[in-house]
Amino acid sequence: MIERGEVANSWRRERWDSFRLLTPNWQSRLPGLHYEGPDPDGYMTTAEITEFVERFAKLSGAPVRTGTDVTSVRRAGDGYRVTTSRGEIACRTLVIASGACNLPTVPRFAGAVPASVEQLTPFGYRGPGLLPEGGVLVVGASATGVQLAAELRRSGRPVVLSVGEHVRLPRTYRGRDVLWWMDASGVWDQRYDEVDDLTRARRLPSPQLVGTPERATLDLNALTSMGVELVGRWADVRDGRALFSGGLRNVFSLADLKMERLLGTFDEWAGRRGLGDEVAPPERFAPTGVPDSARWQLDLNSGEIRTIVWATGFRPDYGWLEVPVVDDKGRLRHDGGVVDSPGLYALGLPVLRRRRSTFINGIEDDAREVIAHLAHHLAVRR
Amino acid sequence: MTTVANGVNVQALLDAREVLKSAPEAAQFVWRASSKWQNGVHSTTTVKEFFGLGQEQTHRNEAVFDADHPEVFAAEDNGITPIEYLLVGLAACLTAGVASVAQNRGIQLRSVEATLEGTHDIRGILGADSDVRNGFNDIKVTFNIDADASKQDIEALVAQSQKRSAVFDALTNPTNVTVEVA
Repeated sequence: MIERGEVANSWRRERWDSFRLLTPNWQSRLPGLHYEGPDPDGYMTTAEITEFVERFAKLSGAPVRTGTDVTSVRRAGDGYRVTTSRGEIACRTLVIASGACNLPTVPRFAGAVPASVEQLTPFGYRGPGLLPEGGVLVVGASATGVQLAAELRRSGRPVVLSVGEHVRLPRTYRGRDVLWWMDASGVWDQRYDEVDDLTRARRLPSPQLVGTPERATLDLNALTSMGVELVGRWADVRDGRALFSGGLRNVFSLADLKMERLLGTFDEWAGRRGLGDEVAPPERFAPTGVPDSARWQLDLNSGEIRTIVWATGFRPDYGWLEVPVVDDKGRLRHDGGVVDSPGLYALGLPVLRRRRSTFINGIEDDAREVIAHLAHHLAVRR
Repeated sequence: MTTVANGVNVQALLDAREVLKSAPEAAQFVWRASSKWQNGVHSTTTVKEFFGLGQEQTHRNEAVFDADHPEVFAAEDNGITPIEYLLVGLAACLTAGVASVAQNRGIQLRSVEATLEGTHDIRGILGADSDVRNGFNDIKVTFNIDADASKQDIEALVAQSQKRSAVFDALTNPTNVTVEVA
């Protein structure tokens, strides 16, 4: 196992200070390791996740070579040659487990933002204290965007949040964590070869959730009530003005309808299972409130906005992979983790083999199946 | 699902989607219109040819549109005002989307009606107040749909039709427009 930094590196270095997992503690399970602390319904901080992953590293006894950067992977003979900062390694098979979130993505028009406005990605953001005083424009309303917007607003700053298509979820539903429902009802078990539109499922943004001790819902209505101003998807910059889409109502409708449908499937499942007594009665949530008149432009030279935080997603970095298995959108071509090159595999990508693939509790089944393929490949090639 | 008849050949659209995934150059279309000044603020615009699927294409019939201003603008009202054509385009595009999505989702439509209202402060175009924009302030579309589906499914049809609408996108997002003198 090759690790560019330390064990749990990205948890240590690429998260903001207040970060917590979206999944409750009891869902953090790895082969042979379960959460055994006092708060199964809580959400781990980065220090706790780091400790959890370190414990797994010890428990599994996996030979981790830390501080080793992979600079290239090339096809060589019937295997691969891996060049690292500490020398070369020849191998017959290789598993890419470098994740889907190596680099923050920022739209091209970021280059047209006036220099007087500071720009940050989640990798550069630690907390509100390090930002200049004044207004903040947070771009993107997935988990990262809503969390940072809330934190920045609580710091007393005026916050504008630019909202495109998003996934709305309540933190708890019928008295249980919403991710309990995703797990128990089997939504997360849906396999990649059963999903209607796999490309879309793999591009699904993270849900509007936050892990807090209060188990509070952090949807757009919650942000509005805190005083965060919602605007449409940021479409372009012209003459120093940010132009936002006028289609805000429809992204609210799409997210409200999808949430309703999901909660409906939970209710049906609970009904079939006869769980009526174990969970609270069905709930329905108010539709996302539409601002009286959402602004569709904002003058970035006016001084109203001092900082832009791009919470516009992440992408994998395959710059080191000199094997032609990356498509023109920068995604790895693979079938359930079996990459389009003999002996090359992937783990830990969105909906790799099932909807739970990118969660800590999703790796075990995926790894078992991918490694079975890998072992077979080694056996028949011998 | 095949028993639903909304008159949209969804299979052809789904097939085209698959083909164009691997042939993006064939997906490049150019829509064209040419206009001619008549008199006053009256003009006629004709639409016949367009480019797509790698070659020149022609509509079955040439279409001619008269645009003018109403009598309250001291004009002859030989046709609807140009900005009303935006409502025509939006209504037609969203309605086409509703029919296509319904067909794809196996929902039988009985009637689909929409009313559109665009609020417009004409002080902008008259130059009476430089703080007022020239275009619409707001557009409101109200659908009345009779179909074999729940209210929620109908709302989802309308939402999906906006998500895939060319005119909705063109109106809600900025577009580069170049106007030259030949």
